[in-house]
Amino acid sequence: MALLEVHDLVVEFPTRRGVLTAVDEISLHIDEGEVLGVVGESGAGKSMTGNAIIGLLEPPGRIARGEILLDGRRIDNLPYDQMRTIRGKEIGAIFQDPLTSLNPLYTVGEQLVETIQTHTDMTPTQARARALELLIEVGIPAPERRVDQYPHQFSGGMRQRVVIALALCVNPRLIVADEPTTALDVSIQAQIIALLKRLCSEHGTAVMLVTHDMGVIAETADRVAVMYAGRIAEVGPVKQVVKRARHPYTHGLMGSIPVIGHDADRLTQIEGAMPRLTDIPTGCAFNPRCPQATDRCLRDRPEPMPTEDGQVACWLFEKEAAHV
Amino acid sequence: MSEVMRTEASLSDTTMLEVSNLKRYFDVSRPFLNRVLEGAPRQILKAVNGIDFKIKKGETFSLVGESGCGKSTVARLIVGLYAPTEGKIEFEGRNIGGLSRREMAPLRRRLQMIFQDPYASLNPRWRVRDIIAEPLRAFDLESDEVGIERRVGELLSFVKLTPADGEKFPHEFSGGQRQRISIARALASQPDFLVCDEPTSALDVSVQAQILNLMKDLQREFELTYLFISHNLAVVYHISDRVGVMYLGQLAEVAPATTLFRDPRHPYTRMLLDTIPDLDMTGRQRMPVAGEVPNPITPPSGCSFHPRCPFATDRCKSEAPLPRDLGSEVFVACHGVEENRIPRGPVIDAPPALR
Repeated sequence: MALLEVHDLVVEFPTRRGVLTAVDEISLHIDEGEVLGVVGESGAGKSMTGNAIIGLLEPPGRIARGEILLDGRRIDNLPYDQMRTIRGKEIGAIFQDPLTSLNPLYTVGEQLVETIQTHTDMTPTQARARALELLIEVGIPAPERRVDQYPHQFSGGMRQRVVIALALCVNPRLIVADEPTTALDVSIQAQIIALLKRLCSEHGTAVMLVTHDMGVIAETADRVAVMYAGRIAEVGPVKQVVKRARHPYTHGLMGSIPVIGHDADRLTQIEGAMPRLTDIPTGCAFNPRCPQATDRCLRDRPEPMPTEDGQVACWLFEKEAAHV
Repeated sequence: MSEVMRTEASLSDTTMLEVSNLKRYFDVSRPFLNRVLEGAPRQILKAVNGIDFKIKKGETFSLVGESGCGKSTVARLIVGLYAPTEGKIEFEGRNIGGLSRREMAPLRRRLQMIFQDPYASLNPRWRVRDIIAEPLRAFDLESDEVGIERRVGELLSFVKLTPADGEKFPHEFSGGQRQRISIARALASQPDFLVCDEPTSALDVSVQAQILNLMKDLQREFELTYLFISHNLAVVYHISDRVGVMYLGQLAEVAPATTLFRDPRHPYTRMLLDTIPDLDMTGRQRMPVAGEVPNPITPPSGCSFHPRCPFATDRCKSEAPLPRDLGSEVFVACHGVEENRIPRGPVIDAPPALR
């Protein structure tokens, strides 16, 4: 059984002009110790999916349908207090901006100790020792001194290390990391990715890595889910998706990334932009931008179809899917 | 200028912009009273600390570096948004550093800028046609409203929008379309030189590809010269002819793009290159990245990269390296390169202290 299972999740936003569907019937699973990359452009619904899993959808956003199961147990309909104990203890979260996810009024040590004591029955002395251990583990120099400092005394990269320490402090089984390196400089980004990867494999933590950066995914993920307009376009092992994308959107996305050493004068471009939630096209949401769209794509919405190692939601692969 | 068709060679031989010993310092001291009462010293941030480069007509020169390295300050110095503390900025041989607004005015037509954030750089209360027409009116480039309307429509079609889009307000457009509007506005005054400060950093990759392709097309069509500022090395590789790598207000290395990416000489350039995610998934060996950019108010002594450099020696700690010409348009500021003790090739080990 998978550690996390999401079945037909629908996230909606009621607005004055009607209900907007940000996440539209998506299903995915993450195995124990696996890193699932969720990639897509802004507005694809990837962060919404992550927030729904950790139970932090901002109102008026709500889970309209579907189920989220952690270890076979439903967690999408739990009361706030119960979800609060799961969050932190079983699911950790890392957000994009480390400054807003740390409390500026408490020292880093106090925040770590508080989190540790909320979820375990350690004494304050034990919790502090554990906090120090964690800071060493995430590679903060001079931890004995740094533990009593405030977040503003840390640089961006060091803060994100603290956030990772916070997420890992009670050994959760799953971490939802939403754009963990987007706010950081390239040289820091590489260090944070390496750290996250190392710690999660040492602790056997599964990760749902939400990002727009295909490079980060290629470096880190075992499997990738590509999202477009609130739906999953394609899921598969990272090598397959990066090197031999099936869905025309993934294909275009990969072609539009400039790569060092490839002497293309022009980048492949996907015309147009992702549709707004208010006017998602009928049929396949990608059809207005798809070079291979047929009449059927304008009419019928493709459901994810199985392939030999994943899924793809595109009519072009109907025949192939039938053989699997 | 004569009407004779210029060949590729003569195009790329004319220097359009030359920057020499350019410096820009910012006073970031506490207020006077605090300094007196608390004995706090004056603090000077050397955002740009003595850089030299040339941009040839028709080429794309990029500055790349991490946040705080001073690349955006250089952009702002060149378009005249800041006055240099020291040094020269020569545009077609004429020093334009520190000109007054009035003296700068005629040059503004020829030197335009595209900003990073297309949400902040367009006035939300103006219609797109007025945004694009503003340079036309400011420089008196069209005689009447009919001419302005025709020209705005033309500019919109250059950036693959339609003349009808001129009636809309910026909020009706997506990020990529807004950046097209910024480009149309920058092109309105028929500039020769465009300073592009992270023009695609706020955009999604598929939209980024559209904008980069558009910029290349426009460059060819209007013989534009670009100064391109970015932190994204892959984008820089794609768009540039020559690249300058900045670190803490100084240029570590300047080289033609293909040379820089194939054979990086400065250890910082190599470190930056090794941070690029490996999309080809070749599993190539890479130099482990270590350390962070130091505080630019109190930069390290000697070579400012020495605390992160695996090859640092005592000389690097005490003496700041100057850029040296290595031939084939490659300039590197590194004692190690000068002393020939930096191995070339892709694999470098991190210093033991940082391992």
